[in-house]
Amino acid sequence: MNGLLQIDNLVARHGLLQAVREVSLSVAEGEVLALVGANGAGKSTLLRTIAGAHPAAGGTIRLDGADITGVPSHRRVARGLALVPEGRKLFPEMTVEENLLVAGRRARPGTWTIDTVLNAFPMLKPLRRKRAANLSGGEQQATSIARALMTNPRVLLVDEVSLGLAPVAVDVVYESLHTLIRGGATLVVVEQDLQRALSVADRVVCMLEGRVVLQSATEAVTREQVTEAYFGLARVNTSSATAERALSERT
Amino acid sequence: MTSLGGSPASTQWIVQRSSLASRIGSGTLILTGLALFVVPQIFDTNVVQQLTSLLIFLILAAMWNALAGYAGLVSVGQQAFIGFGAYGTIFITQQGVQPYLAMILAAVASAALAAVLSLLVLRLRGGQFAVGTWVVAEAIALLVALDQGLGGGTGISLRGLNVYPREVRTAFTYWLTLGFAVLLLVLLFLLLRNRTGVALQAIRDDEEAAASLGVRVGRLKFVLFVLAGFGCGAAGALTLANTLFIQPQSIFGVQWSAYLIFMVLVGGLGTFEGPIIGAILFFVVQYEFADLGAWYLIGLGLVAVAFALFLPRGLWSLINDRLHIRLLPVGYHLIQLSKKAVR
Amino acid sequence: MNWINAIIQGLFLGGLYALFACGLSLMFGVMRIINLAHGDLAVIGAFGVWVVATQAHLSPFIALVPVLPVMLVVGYLLHRTVLARSLRSGPLTPLLTTFGLSIVIQNALLQIFSPDVHSLGSLTGSISTSSWRLTSQLSLPYLGVLTLAVAVLLLGALQLILQRTGFGREMRATAQDPETAALVGVPASSVYARATAIAVATAALAGAFLAIHSTFDPSSGPTQLIFAFEAVVIGGFGSLWGTLLGGIVLGVAQTIGATIDPQYSILAGHLVFLVILASPRGRFIATRSASA
Repeated sequence: MNGLLQIDNLVARHGLLQAVREVSLSVAEGEVLALVGANGAGKSTLLRTIAGAHPAAGGTIRLDGADITGVPSHRRVARGLALVPEGRKLFPEMTVEENLLVAGRRARPGTWTIDTVLNAFPMLKPLRRKRAANLSGGEQQATSIARALMTNPRVLLVDEVSLGLAPVAVDVVYESLHTLIRGGATLVVVEQDLQRALSVADRVVCMLEGRVVLQSATEAVTREQVTEAYFGLARVNTSSATAERALSERT
Repeated sequence: MTSLGGSPASTQWIVQRSSLASRIGSGTLILTGLALFVVPQIFDTNVVQQLTSLLIFLILAAMWNALAGYAGLVSVGQQAFIGFGAYGTIFITQQGVQPYLAMILAAVASAALAAVLSLLVLRLRGGQFAVGTWVVAEAIALLVALDQGLGGGTGISLRGLNVYPREVRTAFTYWLTLGFAVLLLVLLFLLLRNRTGVALQAIRDDEEAAASLGVRVGRLKFVLFVLAGFGCGAAGALTLANTLFIQPQSIFGVQWSAYLIFMVLVGGLGTFEGPIIGAILFFVVQYEFADLGAWYLIGLGLVAVAFALFLPRGLWSLINDRLHIRLLPVGYHLIQLSKKAVR
Repeated sequence: MNWINAIIQGLFLGGLYALFACGLSLMFGVMRIINLAHGDLAVIGAFGVWVVATQAHLSPFIALVPVLPVMLVVGYLLHRTVLARSLRSGPLTPLLTTFGLSIVIQNALLQIFSPDVHSLGSLTGSISTSSWRLTSQLSLPYLGVLTLAVAVLLLGALQLILQRTGFGREMRATAQDPETAALVGVPASSVYARATAIAVATAALAGAFLAIHSTFDPSSGPTQLIFAFEAVVIGGFGSLWGTLLGGIVLGVAQTIGATIDPQYSILAGHLVFLVILASPRGRFIATRSASA
C-alpha cells in the first residue's frame, strides 16, 4: 500500500551505531500515526532522517510517490514535509512573530498564514512580540508547531510533543493538535505518554532499539500489548485483532 | 598487550601498540637520526647549511602541527616566537653570553613568553585565536622595531659568531639544530604515545565531549602552546645563526605562518609523519621555486587551499590509508586472533 | 587642544575602521567564519576603483558605482566555490583556505600592479583636503565626516535589513541555528552566499575609502584585517553598532598614540586591544561568541 509518506527499509546511523534499522512505514493522507518507544529507541532519529536533518544510510523515503531520500531538508519543506523538532528549537533571539515569518517566507501555497495560524493558537496572540527565549515550555511548543504549519505542509512530523511540559500545557497543545486533525491533517507524532498517543492517533507504531516491533490500528490493540512491545517483552505485528479490553480513553 | 575477552565461541581481540611496519619505521628513523649527526664530517659546508634550513622547517612544521593538528589551535602568529627567539638571542649575546648558549636561553625565554601570552590568547577559539596570535606577533614586532639597541627597523646581525671559522660555525649550528629537532620530536612522540596523546586527539575531535570525560582541555592546550613557543623560539634563534642577519619585518613576518600552513597541510595535519614529509617537500619547493617571487607564493597559496579543500589530511593520508602503516608506534591497533588461538 | 584634535581625528579614523569591520562582523555573525582574506578583498576593491577612476577619468566616488556590484558577485562566487566547501570540511578549514587566499590575492595583485603605492586622494578634488574650521586649532575634515557618515549609514542599512526584511530574518535564523532554519525551508548555503556577497562589497567600499584617505598597495590587506578584527573585538562580536564603537575606540587610541609619538600609533591600538582582551569583558566576549 502506498501512502502519502512511504518509508522503506530506512537505515540511519550515529557514527558506528545503528539508530534506525530497516524501518518500513506508511502514512496515508489524513491519517495520524503515533510513534512510541523508550528513550533511545530511534524515534527522533527516524523523524529527523525523514525530514532530512539526518542523512539516511540506506532505504528510501517517498513523499506522494516521489523519492526524496537524497533531497536536502529545505527542499523537503518546499515539497510539503515539515518537522517540529525535539526541544522545540525556536530561534531564540527572534520574536514569536519573526519565527513564524521566517517559516512563512518560502511557504507552499495553502491556508496557513500568520493570521490563521495565530487564530489556531490563540494563546500566542498576546506573545507576538516576545522573544522566543523568554517563552515558557508550552508556549514554545505551540510556537514551534505553529511555525511548522506556516510552511503549509502536507505531512507534519511532531517530535516529542509533551516532553518537559506541565500537564496543563500539554492539554493545550493537544487541543490544537485535535483541531488540526479535525481539519484533515496528516500527522506523525512522537509521544512518550502512551495514553495521549493512543488517544489522538489512528495507528500506533512502537519502536525498540531501532526496529519496529509493533504496528497496529489503535482500536485493534490494547494498551498492555503496546506496553509489552515498548519494553521488548513480546514481538507483535497485528493489523487487526480483537481486543480483550477496549481502551476507555478512545472515544 | 591487553586482551579483551569474549565468549569462547567468538573471536578474541588484543590491543597492540606497535606493528611490524612501525617497528621498522622507528628503527629507520633512529638510524637516520644517528647518521645525521655525522653529516658535517662528511659533507660540504653548503650542504650542511641547507640541511640546517631543512631541520629548522621540520621543527616549525612539527610545532605548528602540534598546535593545529592536535589541539585544534590554528595559530597565524607563531612568527611572534620565531622573532622573539632570534631577537632574544641578540639581546642575550649583547649581555656577554656565548652565542650558542644564548640561543638555548632565548628558546626557553620564548617558552616563558608563550606561558604568559597563553593567559590572553587561549581564551580565544577558532578564527579569533588565529587573528589574536597575529596581533600579538605584530605588537611584538613593533615593540622590537622601536628599540634602537636591537637595531630598530633596519635589522641587526649576530656578532658573537664571527670568531668561529665558517665550517666550524655551520657545523655547530647544524648540531644544535639537530639536537633541538631530535629533542622536540622525542617530546612530541612521548606526548602522543601516552594517554595525553589520545586526550589531544579527543580534544581535536570534540572539545566539549572530551572535557565532559575529564580531559583537562585547558591544561593540555597550555602545554602545547608553551611547547610550540619553545620550538618556534628555537627555530628563530637557529635561523639567526644560519643567516646571521635579521630584520623585524622578515623575522616577524606573517609569511612564516604561510610556510607553516603549507608544510603541515600538504604533509598531513594531525599526524606525526605529516610534518616531516611537509618540511622535506617545502624545502625542495623553496629551493627550486623561491626565485619566482610572487608566482612562487601564489603557487604555495593555491596548493595550500587545494589541499585544505580536497585532501585535508595531506599526502601522508594517501600512504597511510592504503597501507595502514605508521612510522612510529603512537597509535593502538586492534588485532583479531584466530578462533583457535586463545590467550 | 592637540588632544581634542587627536580625538576628533580618531573619531573619523574610527569611521573608516568601522567600514572595514562591518563585513568581517557580518560574516562572523552569520557563518562563524573569520575571513582572513577580508583586508585583501578590500584592496582588490581599492584597485578596482583606482583602475576605473584613472582609466575613465572619473571621481572615485563615481567609480564605486560599477565596482560595488562586481564585488557583490565576487563575494557570492567566493562562497559558492571555496567557502561553502570549507564550511563542510570542519572548523579549521575556512581559516586555512581564507589564509591561503590572502596570500594568493596579495601576490597576484603584486604581479598585476607592481609593489607601487597608490592613492586616490588626489582624484577626489577638494573633499580630501578641505575641512571646516571650527576654531583656530580645531578643524573637521570633509573626508572624515563623509567617511563616518557613510559608516553610520551602512551600519544602519544593514541593521534595517537584518531586523525588518525577510532576507534579514533568514540570515538571523541561519546564524542562530542553521539546521532548524533548513527545517523551516531556509536554504543555508544560499543565505551564506548572499551574506558573503554583502561582506565583500562592504570591504570594497572600505578599501576605496582607505585609498582616498591615505595610500594602499598590494600588501595593505593584512594590516586592515587586523584593525578590523581589533575593532570588532573591542566593540563586541555580534553587534553592528558595537563595531562602530570599537572602530572609534581603536581610531582614537591610535591617534592619541600618534600625538605622543608617531611611531607609537599602531602599537597603541594593539595595546588597547590586548588590554580589553585581558579584561573580564574580554573573557565575556570570547566565550559568548564561541558558544553563540
